[in-house]
Amino acid sequence: MNLVLVGVNHKTAPLELREKLGCLFPEPTAAYHRLKELTAIQEVLFYSTCNRVEILCVSDQADHAAQELRTFLSRHPHLPDTPGQPAINLNDSLYVWQDLEAVQHFFRVAASLDALVVGEPQILGQVKAAYRQAAEHRATGAILNRLLHKTFSVAKKVRTETGIGDHAVSVSYAAVNLGRKIFGAYTDKTVLLLGAGEMAELALEHLKGQGVGKIVVANRTLERGVKLAQRFHGEAISLQELEDQLLTADIILSSTGSPHYLLTQEQVRNAMRRRKQRPLFLIDIAVPRDLDPKINDLDNVYLYNIDDLQGVVELNWQKRRAAAVKAERLIQAEALKFMDWLATLAVFPTIIALKEKAARLSEAELKKTLAQLGNLTPQQRRALEVLLQSFTQKLLHDPIMFLKRHHHLAAQADRKRAHLELGLVRRLFNLDPETPT
Amino acid sequence: MNHFLIYPTLVPYYGASALWLAFFLTGRESYCRFGLFCLSLGFGCHSLYLIWRTLTLGMLPAAALGEALFLFAWALAAAFLFLSWRFPIKILGAMVAPLAALLVSASLILPIRPGTASPLLQSLWLAGHIILAILGNAALTLAGLGGAFYLIQERQLKKKKFGFFYRRLPSLDRLDALNFWCLNLGFPLLTAAIITGSLYAQYTLGNLWRWDPKEVLTLVAWLIYAVLLHERLAVGWRGRRAAWLAIFGLTALVVTFVGANLWFDSYHSFASFMKQP
Repeated sequence: MNLVLVGVNHKTAPLELREKLGCLFPEPTAAYHRLKELTAIQEVLFYSTCNRVEILCVSDQADHAAQELRTFLSRHPHLPDTPGQPAINLNDSLYVWQDLEAVQHFFRVAASLDALVVGEPQILGQVKAAYRQAAEHRATGAILNRLLHKTFSVAKKVRTETGIGDHAVSVSYAAVNLGRKIFGAYTDKTVLLLGAGEMAELALEHLKGQGVGKIVVANRTLERGVKLAQRFHGEAISLQELEDQLLTADIILSSTGSPHYLLTQEQVRNAMRRRKQRPLFLIDIAVPRDLDPKINDLDNVYLYNIDDLQGVVELNWQKRRAAAVKAERLIQAEALKFMDWLATLAVFPTIIALKEKAARLSEAELKKTLAQLGNLTPQQRRALEVLLQSFTQKLLHDPIMFLKRHHHLAAQADRKRAHLELGLVRRLFNLDPETPT
Repeated sequence: MNHFLIYPTLVPYYGASALWLAFFLTGRESYCRFGLFCLSLGFGCHSLYLIWRTLTLGMLPAAALGEALFLFAWALAAAFLFLSWRFPIKILGAMVAPLAALLVSASLILPIRPGTASPLLQSLWLAGHIILAILGNAALTLAGLGGAFYLIQERQLKKKKFGFFYRRLPSLDRLDALNFWCLNLGFPLLTAAIITGSLYAQYTLGNLWRWDPKEVLTLVAWLIYAVLLHERLAVGWRGRRAAWLAIFGLTALVVTFVGANLWFDSYHSFASFMKQP
């Protein structure tokens, strides 16, 4: 049994190619129907996201299966030539991984090490959804089921043990994380947005996702503010009301094009007294700055400007890269473990065949002997049966243990040799009489 | 102090310490859960031992420094367990468990009481005074530890330098709430301890207040906490100032607890507990 993984990702293929290959699978039922028709494939799973299109399969003829999948992918109607565009060469973009490499690659994908933004967690959900789909179409079997479950636990382990996703690597998300260390939770907190820039919107999106209580938008032109407020179910005010809003807001996100400071230290100091020192988190992503940097010196007030946040992000990138190195090591170990399991799987048919052959032979010999011996008491019959049984069991014990233990170890060291040994055992006991020796 | 219940107390306390430190380093939730279990186990044995000893002595064992520390470790564990039930701040365990373990160890090393205690100490009223004081101290110790955590976390957020502690410590809001919670718990207990003590002094010694060093220092600590509570409720003090005051208060309490008992000549000192009237 071999594992084969074929696919393209953002590193090997341009977007046009990924788009087109992704279009092969708009209708999973049809796609699985076609995939299951391929002769060399026993189990199959595909998944396509914006960064990758990959097919993972179990096959007993690995090279043949890879070839079939390659043809399957290249059979796309638009692929060879789009008028006005140079032909895309699929062969250069396609990668084929087998066995250990395939498992490692799959683990890396699910743990988000192969992603465009390393450590972002969405991919695991996508793989889970793809697995659900494959299972619904009965495309997976014992091996892929086990591999997928292992994959989910490996991805979780990577997440908890390396902390790869713990550090925000975008400015807006970094701001959201900082706020969480100030407020704990965002529920019942009020966000005041000054100006309606793009980055502010993004941060607002994140905050909304955290379940922030109330949103207020203050803009120079009220009309634009009203529009944004409507989008986030908030309330729009004019910039003149800023000082009153200082009393109720908990988070202020500023990104106006104002050439001078909108808030001075004195204003915030007064507001803090009136708001009984409830903490205030200010994010200033405007250039030039909207908020007086001296505001940060006040008690219970936390001011972050764009450089502060970028500093946090850069630092988090370093941490994430370090975590990724740790994760790679973990994945390698887990992939080896999985291959060990797969190797033991290979010996089971042989063990079963051995046992069956022994049972068949002893039954036939027993019948012959019983016919010759004539009448026997039930005890005597039983004694003969037990004799045969224990003899064959003891005789087979060593070969079976050899297969279970030795093969397992040999598979780790040298897969080819392990395969040859398995073949030798089968020939020794003549388990495949139809194949010529 | 030697008894079959001592080790079942001490071993789980050390186990809990190790687990909580592991939790602190790795951030794995399961360590923290086992830590809580260990601490509860140790606390159960601790309580049983205290009951046994109180019954055999006929009074609360608090007449020597070792005994007082042993009792305080118990109160600290009690306050922490109560807190984890109502207001869990997991990381606090990394301070409380080792502290409890060390206090119990210290009480084992310290000399046992040199003689029989004054019969004045054998009153139920006084036992109440001691229990109130020690539980109040424990709650206010947690407030002080929370204050230290707050200052560390606040400094990182202000300086925008995120170190080892940033991820491991809870949010400022939560640490500040801990301060308030423990103050609400500890301050009334401390007040009640002072009142019961004064009444007992009036009853046995003839006057409410003797300006004894321990009384004065306790009053200082009490005033610090009174200011903190007042400012919190009236002016809305919070955060850094509240954390600093909680730490000052804790310092005053430590000086009171250890200092007044050992350094000053006071009728509250352990030496005078041994005097016969």
